[in-house]
Amino acid sequence: MNLRDILTLLEGEILYPEVDLDREVPCAFASDMISDILMCTKEPTLLLTGLTNNQIIRVSDMIDIVGIVFVRGKKPLEDVIEMAEERGLPIITTKFSLYRCSGLLYNAGLRSCKIQ
Amino acid sequence: MIMQDYWYIREGFEQRIKEYLALAPVVEVDLEFEVMEKDFNSAGKGSSETKNLLKRLGVESDILRRVAVSAYEAEINMAAHSRGGKMISEVYDDHIHVRFEDIGPGIENIDQAMVPGYSTADELVRELGFGAGLGLPNIKKNCDAMHIRSAKDSPTLLEFIIYFG
Repeated sequence: MNLRDILTLLEGEILYPEVDLDREVPCAFASDMISDILMCTKEPTLLLTGLTNNQIIRVSDMIDIVGIVFVRGKKPLEDVIEMAEERGLPIITTKFSLYRCSGLLYNAGLRSCKIQ
Repeated sequence: MIMQDYWYIREGFEQRIKEYLALAPVVEVDLEFEVMEKDFNSAGKGSSETKNLLKRLGVESDILRRVAVSAYEAEINMAAHSRGGKMISEVYDDHIHVRFEDIGPGIENIDQAMVPGYSTADELVRELGFGAGLGLPNIKKNCDAMHIRSAKDSPTLLEFIIYFG
């Protein structure tokens, strides 16, 4: 599955234009707690979250995040979008809930990231 | 006021840690960052830069992640719970030693703070996605050695060591 497929499934919108939509997404993780994300993500992972502050982008400096989906119609502020753009980190917003996004992606074959 | 010393050393690393602390070798590269109280715009920069430095030095990706996650959790802790302090990353030929020294107000009970899920984070910190009570356990999980020295109404020192192989 790639980012284009995810954008279609979640009826999402990319938040800045220069995104490589062919980028492969091997697995996903969903959480609104940053420590959970740091503890559970050990491989390239798509992150689904309701957090939109700058620290969610900072987290991608620490671990391998292939893209972020902001759920429930949330959109980060412009300076946070710029932080993502500087890093070439794809960011998507969707009106669907975290639960619905997770269900849609899981049914389409996107596996959960491995948790040790 | 009871000064508490908490030590964790990963099994198999006891001898290396003992020798390193006894020998006190010369640091090869070091970085220092200021961390300010509740400054969540800057918090995390020190950890990013530390990770980038190690990456340039050719440290492998799993070690990079462990250093970055440990440093970031500690940096966020300092911004969330202390009145500010500094982060010092010291790189040696086979490991990194990162120290966090704040100006208080201290940890009343370190054993309790180490319990996964226990948190004293305020509403602001929780709204940002922190305060799961997993910061210290997450550092412990990712490092080879960890030391905390603190007391109520005192500065806190948190330090960890991670070997490159």
